[in-house]
Amino acid sequence: MVDTTLTSLGLVEARDALDKKEISAVELTDAYITAMEKGRGLNTYITETTDLAREGAKRADENLAKGEGKPLEGLPLGIKDLYCTEGVLTTAASHILDGYKPHYESTVSANLWRDGAVMLGKLNLDEFAMGSSNETSFYGTAINPWRRNGDDTPLVAGGSSGGSSAAVAAGLCAAATGTDTGGSIRQPAALTGIVGMKPSYGRCSRWGIVAFASSLDQAGPMTRSVADAALMLRSMAGHDPMDSTSVDIEVPDYTAEVGGSVKGLRVGIPKEYRVDGMPAEVDALWQQGIDWLKDAGAEIVEISLPHTQYALPAYYIVAPAEASSNLARYDGVRYGLREDGKDLIEMYQNTRAAGFGDEVKRRVLIGTYVLSAGYYDAYYRKAQQVRTLIGQDFDTAFESVDTILAPTTPTGAFGVGEKADDPVSMYLNDVFTVPANLAGLPAISVPAGLDSQGLPLGLQLIGKHFDEATLFRAASAIESAAGFTAKPTVWWEG
Amino acid sequence: MTEKLESTAKGTIIEGMTGPWELIIGLEVHAQVNSNSKLFSGAATDFGSDPNTQVSLVDAALPGMLPVINEYCVEQAVRTGLGLKAQINKESVFARKNYFYADLPQGYQISQFDKPIVGRGQVIVDLKNGTRRIVGIERLHLEQDAGKSMHDQHPSLTYVDLNRSGVALMEIVSDPDIRSAEEAAAYVEKLRTILVYLGTCDGVMARGSMRADVNVSVRRPGEELGTRAEIKNVNSLRFMRQAIEFEAQRQIDILEDGGSIVQETRLFDASKGETRSMRSKENAHDYRYFPDPDLPPLILDDGMIERIKATLPELPDEKKARFENDYGLSAYDAGVLVADQETAAYYENVASASDPKLAANWIITELFGRLNKSEKTITDSPISAANLGKLVGLIKDNTISGRIAKDVFEIMFNEGGDPEQIVEDKGLKQVTDTGEIEGFADQVIADNPEKVAEYKGGKDKLLGWFVGQLMKASRGKANPQMANELLKKKLDEL
Amino acid sequence: MSVDKETVRNIARLARIRVDEDALEPLAKELSTILTFVEQLDAVNTDGVEPQAGGRTMALQQRADEVTAGGYPEKVTGNAPKSEHNFFAVPKVVE
Repeated sequence: MVDTTLTSLGLVEARDALDKKEISAVELTDAYITAMEKGRGLNTYITETTDLAREGAKRADENLAKGEGKPLEGLPLGIKDLYCTEGVLTTAASHILDGYKPHYESTVSANLWRDGAVMLGKLNLDEFAMGSSNETSFYGTAINPWRRNGDDTPLVAGGSSGGSSAAVAAGLCAAATGTDTGGSIRQPAALTGIVGMKPSYGRCSRWGIVAFASSLDQAGPMTRSVADAALMLRSMAGHDPMDSTSVDIEVPDYTAEVGGSVKGLRVGIPKEYRVDGMPAEVDALWQQGIDWLKDAGAEIVEISLPHTQYALPAYYIVAPAEASSNLARYDGVRYGLREDGKDLIEMYQNTRAAGFGDEVKRRVLIGTYVLSAGYYDAYYRKAQQVRTLIGQDFDTAFESVDTILAPTTPTGAFGVGEKADDPVSMYLNDVFTVPANLAGLPAISVPAGLDSQGLPLGLQLIGKHFDEATLFRAASAIESAAGFTAKPTVWWEG
Repeated sequence: MTEKLESTAKGTIIEGMTGPWELIIGLEVHAQVNSNSKLFSGAATDFGSDPNTQVSLVDAALPGMLPVINEYCVEQAVRTGLGLKAQINKESVFARKNYFYADLPQGYQISQFDKPIVGRGQVIVDLKNGTRRIVGIERLHLEQDAGKSMHDQHPSLTYVDLNRSGVALMEIVSDPDIRSAEEAAAYVEKLRTILVYLGTCDGVMARGSMRADVNVSVRRPGEELGTRAEIKNVNSLRFMRQAIEFEAQRQIDILEDGGSIVQETRLFDASKGETRSMRSKENAHDYRYFPDPDLPPLILDDGMIERIKATLPELPDEKKARFENDYGLSAYDAGVLVADQETAAYYENVASASDPKLAANWIITELFGRLNKSEKTITDSPISAANLGKLVGLIKDNTISGRIAKDVFEIMFNEGGDPEQIVEDKGLKQVTDTGEIEGFADQVIADNPEKVAEYKGGKDKLLGWFVGQLMKASRGKANPQMANELLKKKLDEL
Repeated sequence: MSVDKETVRNIARLARIRVDEDALEPLAKELSTILTFVEQLDAVNTDGVEPQAGGRTMALQQRADEVTAGGYPEKVTGNAPKSEHNFFAVPKVVE
């Protein structure tokens, strides 16, 4: 039996209970280990590191007993399997990284361990984080613990951080790390009823995280509450001299923002996010969010982000272009899979054909094409120019507002396989999330309600560069107004 | 400012079967920055270490690894740019050059493409025939070196060592201003001198610290540039001359047979003395350059450039001009003496203690000859500059004759010692006492009545013979000028 | 813009991914669909707009010229599918 009194605790709650010695870290971790075993049908973990978890929990209890508990002491986390973890299989959910055990620990995960957190295992994701449904994983699709009312069709948990979102929502870890290149934290968070925060580009170090699109990738927390996200980001963030794009500015105490007043906060509502074909209930939820913030004393301002519709096409040039180059290192020479060939070139071609899945191949080929001679200006350069315009749209908007409110996704969770055959319709999942990545802005998704089928929907707040603090304040206002307490019915412990 | 020099001197004309051809050469010299650690990683750069011992996780392109630039390498590139009288670009951008090769772990080389750190500059080349030529520098950029593939260690495998992978190179690209193999060698030699003066590269070609890619084409004089072939990685001046000569003849033969030149990469096979097409790079290049998203633009401030400018040494061209002006040396002598800083400093020490012109002669003819014979360099010369200065001083003030000086020099070279002491101890002081020299003169005249008769008979040239006899009689110590005068007077008076 | 089989063959070769002959045509269709989608950008006037290359403009941070890594060839080659004498080993290359 899973001890749900333990696994239902969020990070802040669990940390309090640990401090008060109401529970021990070992008990807490053991409860999660049991939950993980029972929840294997959700396919959220690629690797379970139960031994490491138990050791970590034991050490945490010792520290807590000595009164030396650090901010995340004894809190059991799942780590997206895009983060390199020392001595632990790291796959990026790709066949091509078969057997790869790094000799190093990513900066962000190392920060979490420094602050006392316990690793439960490595979480499933879309291969190399390329996808919006976790269906491109070599290790199979992570399944959403949520189901439509009266329907047991398996649903996707979103992507690319689908293992993370499903595990947090199903109580298979207290919180998880994600990465967000075009919405990969926020979209799966929205589809599973949890909080997902993508910090400003440069806030968290990318060192030791397998790169997808270097100018867009950002690590962030996926949690059960805004307060948990604030606590976790504080540990994850910080300047790293090993990442040239990491910024050297102070990381504020985000937890202090949670529950803070939004009176007088200027909230922008971008008219361009009201897209054709958006379900009425998504629109209604957005209006609900506006009302909640207005009621809490915020000032609502209609704004325009004129280039919004071009964000997605620009993203689908920039991200594959960078990916095509970032993934060149997977060549069968130094690590991972090798498929022999009669010569070096054939070895490369065989290895990469066998090691990459279809979506990764598609993106690598598109990326190769848009960078190739004669097409660079028409595609890549053009996309980077549009990126500038999108950034300028936000700069202009932020002259008159402090944060921007929009839906996180155009729909709730969809069925496994429903969109798998149509890459472009799959890409449309990211229509509301991609602009923040292109502009390097922080954004957070908060669960705000259920759709008519009983599936969670999220609202998204986008902030100014390095102003995560305001986002936590506004997000907690929505969180408390929404009072989102729904949980998926446990069906997976069969 | 540099003087105006001819930059399009008439090239060497090669007579083919069907008429004259002109050779057009441009060079891309790769000079290794003499840094302790690599351009983007903290691994060492020592020569000849055990395989893969100087490889960081970044250099091996492990997943999630990121480059961080070495500030020293940036400074050295700026310093070199200033030494080449070149434009320093305050904003430059690192770009990825994408291609697959076993010794290129990232699958791309971090280089600079459309925004290099250094722009146009020039190198003044002194040619053997005494003329000087300006070779334009198109650009200098920083880039990573590749690793090393060894094809001869195993019957069916190529071994890859990444010790060089990521070492900082300055690629210095010349205009196609070079017109012969000799000029190409002189250009590289001059460039090397400048780099060594600046201290930015050790210039040791034998260790690969300087290598060149040589672009060779031929054309009918005055016509448009022909299609070029690029000969990769030439690592000695001798090979460069051979490669250019072979390649020029190959191209002329093809063109005269009615064929056309294929733009391609070729390899110089030193054992056969020929160039051949590189099979491994047979595919059309499409490097898909794009700005490296891991590295924001490199911004230099004026203060930094000025600080570096203030530490520039006197460069070879300026030193040479000063030697010509201040010391009255010939262009040739000055050129020889400034070829390296040690020689120039040695010369200045000798000159300041004696006579500048005489000092130059003694160094260039006597000292260099003797050093060559004993395979020594100026830095391990057994004769110190102070002592050579004293020796030249002894000649200058007529204490000893040039002939005696050679004997003293030999003693100094073999046994060491202070020339004044040697002259004193061995009684080698020049005889300048008129009476003593008259005595030798009288004796020589008395001993050679037939020669005297011949002289008196109109054979004036015999005076030299008499002087020689006198010098012999004085064991070289007589002042030759006085001997000459006195003999002439006495013979004429007979 | 739609890409043809030949183009797919070429970019697959550039990207060093083996694509079987009968997969070229369907792949060309998929890639063409994506390219058509991204070509919406043609509608944007970008005259005189500077391209934004990286995440966001910031100065490049630099490090001191110190040796801080290396000396662990077994770590470097430890994950290699094939290595001999601390070298990586690949099928023989003829230059």
